[in-house]
Amino acid sequence: MFRFLLRRLALTVPTFLALMFVTFMMIRLVPGDPIEVRRGERGISPERLAELRHEMGLDQPILKQFADYAWGLLHGDFGVSIITKNPVLQEFLTLFPATVELSICALLFAILIGVPAGVIAASRRGGVYDQSLMGLALTGYSMPIFWWGLILILVMSNTLGLTPVSGRVDLINYYYPSVTGFMLIDSLLSGEKGAFLDAVRHLILPTIVLGTVPLAVIARMTRSSMLEVLEEDYVRTARAKGLAPYRVIGIHALRNALIPVVTVIGLSVGSLLAGAVLTETIFSWPGVGKWLIESIGRRDYPALQGGIMLISSIVIVVNLLVDLTYGLINPRIRHAR
Amino acid sequence: MPVDASLPAVAGPTAPPSPLLSFWRSFRENRGAVMGLVVVVFVIFVAIFAHVLAPHDPLEQFRGFTKLPPIWVDGGSWTYPLGTDALGRDMLSRLMYGSRISLFIGLSVMVVSMICGVVLGLASAWFGGVTDVIILRIMDLIMSIPSLVLAILIVAIIGPNLTNTIVAVTVVYLPRYVRLVRASALTELSKDYVTAAKVSGVGPWRLMFVTVLPNCLPPLIVQAALGVCDAILEAAALGFLGLGAQPPTPEWGSMLADSRDLITSHPWVMALPGIAILITVLAINLMGDGLRDALDPRLKKS
Repeated sequence: MFRFLLRRLALTVPTFLALMFVTFMMIRLVPGDPIEVRRGERGISPERLAELRHEMGLDQPILKQFADYAWGLLHGDFGVSIITKNPVLQEFLTLFPATVELSICALLFAILIGVPAGVIAASRRGGVYDQSLMGLALTGYSMPIFWWGLILILVMSNTLGLTPVSGRVDLINYYYPSVTGFMLIDSLLSGEKGAFLDAVRHLILPTIVLGTVPLAVIARMTRSSMLEVLEEDYVRTARAKGLAPYRVIGIHALRNALIPVVTVIGLSVGSLLAGAVLTETIFSWPGVGKWLIESIGRRDYPALQGGIMLISSIVIVVNLLVDLTYGLINPRIRHAR
Repeated sequence: MPVDASLPAVAGPTAPPSPLLSFWRSFRENRGAVMGLVVVVFVIFVAIFAHVLAPHDPLEQFRGFTKLPPIWVDGGSWTYPLGTDALGRDMLSRLMYGSRISLFIGLSVMVVSMICGVVLGLASAWFGGVTDVIILRIMDLIMSIPSLVLAILIVAIIGPNLTNTIVAVTVVYLPRYVRLVRASALTELSKDYVTAAKVSGVGPWRLMFVTVLPNCLPPLIVQAALGVCDAILEAAALGFLGLGAQPPTPEWGSMLADSRDLITSHPWVMALPGIAILITVLAINLMGDGLRDALDPRLKKS
């Protein structure tokens, strides 16, 4: 197991290095530079321009810039945002809890509905439940989520008035200090009446929108994995010895069927973050996805570099953890590599 | 388990059915897949004949008739069956021309990804060693950046337009093809028939593209069908963020973005392009599921 771990860890090092280099180079290739953008706005003199360039190190040779950047990264320095002048890491960490909160809620939503749906579909294979559930799952899988978000806003917020249209918290009615950065927890800690409910109401629509595609994937995966397990001998044995069907399906079969599902859930972190970009944009959710999109528009190199570096690192680390736990759950994988 | 018609008939008096026929028989069993196929054929038909079918020019602005509702709502007229948008352009015509763009993006991405995926995947499997490691690391790298973020970044670098959307989406989804081809090529390369071919003096090019590649095709075709869906959705998302096809091109994603302000007052302008995307993608997905079941019985359960 230790060897497997070392091997997997060693494999991620070149990915990290390449990631550093590519984010650095790609962002240098974006047409227009932040100084030019600023000159257009303020009409500053060429001398001041050169001075600004020097301050940011943009007049250095590109390799020197990269070396400085990589050196900084190794020391946890992700640069300073050109626009807001805040350290990128600090900005990222301020916004990240919002994205994490949304992603966790979406994933929970997807799991809590997706797994039972898949189990029901598998246990009634070919029946009406199976067909309609899988039809719905495929529809969810095919959903353009930006449209889905707008439709939900239209129906739930504008027509029925059940949920707020956008944002994360109602600052006019409620104010509470950010302790953990997670609104659900902070609002509870504040003890303010109605604050928690307000946080929940803001979360509902983004959660549904972001959770729809993972929900569909999980439901389909659970179903096919269940179908496979239900054919196994030990399930037949369990049935033959007279166990109640719900025990056979819910306990004996589900346990083994969930192994590939757990992997799928773990590996969906990347696509979840990609979905978060759209979801956050639609709902003006103050998370890292929206921030990244805005950084591209502002040509904020350091913010983009740092943001993509951080997000991708998270994806790499999570995928690594999934691989490792998978190796723990399923020893066959460990030795196969 | 239904009887699998894609397997050749065992020792019958008649010759086994042709591969195409047996494929069709097994595809036909899946009602959803056939339904998907019908819709896909319909969308392709509309896309090809958009210039004949569309009642109006998709770019023409009928200034006196802005924000007309569709025919089934009070105030709708047959001149503009699905109503008009904020600038008075006919929705039906725009949706029809939009199908051209979405299908074009989907198919281009699929073709380019297939070609690149096959070349890189086969190279990776055949050469092994350093080539394999480099290709795999690059693919890992692409996959570690959230797809939409990477696509947005690429578009931001090379500029937002239709061609660049295709480039960006292709790069984002390339790893799936490469890994798929590599994995199945590796499996095939270890089989006896490949050794036999090698022994009988088949050259490396012929071995890879004529002997091995056809046996890697079934999962690749399924991936291609599903890849079209991903490409259409991703391109529409880029269009929605204003980074895809530029106005006034009638692209479904950018039509949606344009209609955001009308969401409360004229919801159908926003609803229709989304429905078009959903139906098209759903139909291709249904077809893809059917393809998978028919082409590759091994994948049936996954």
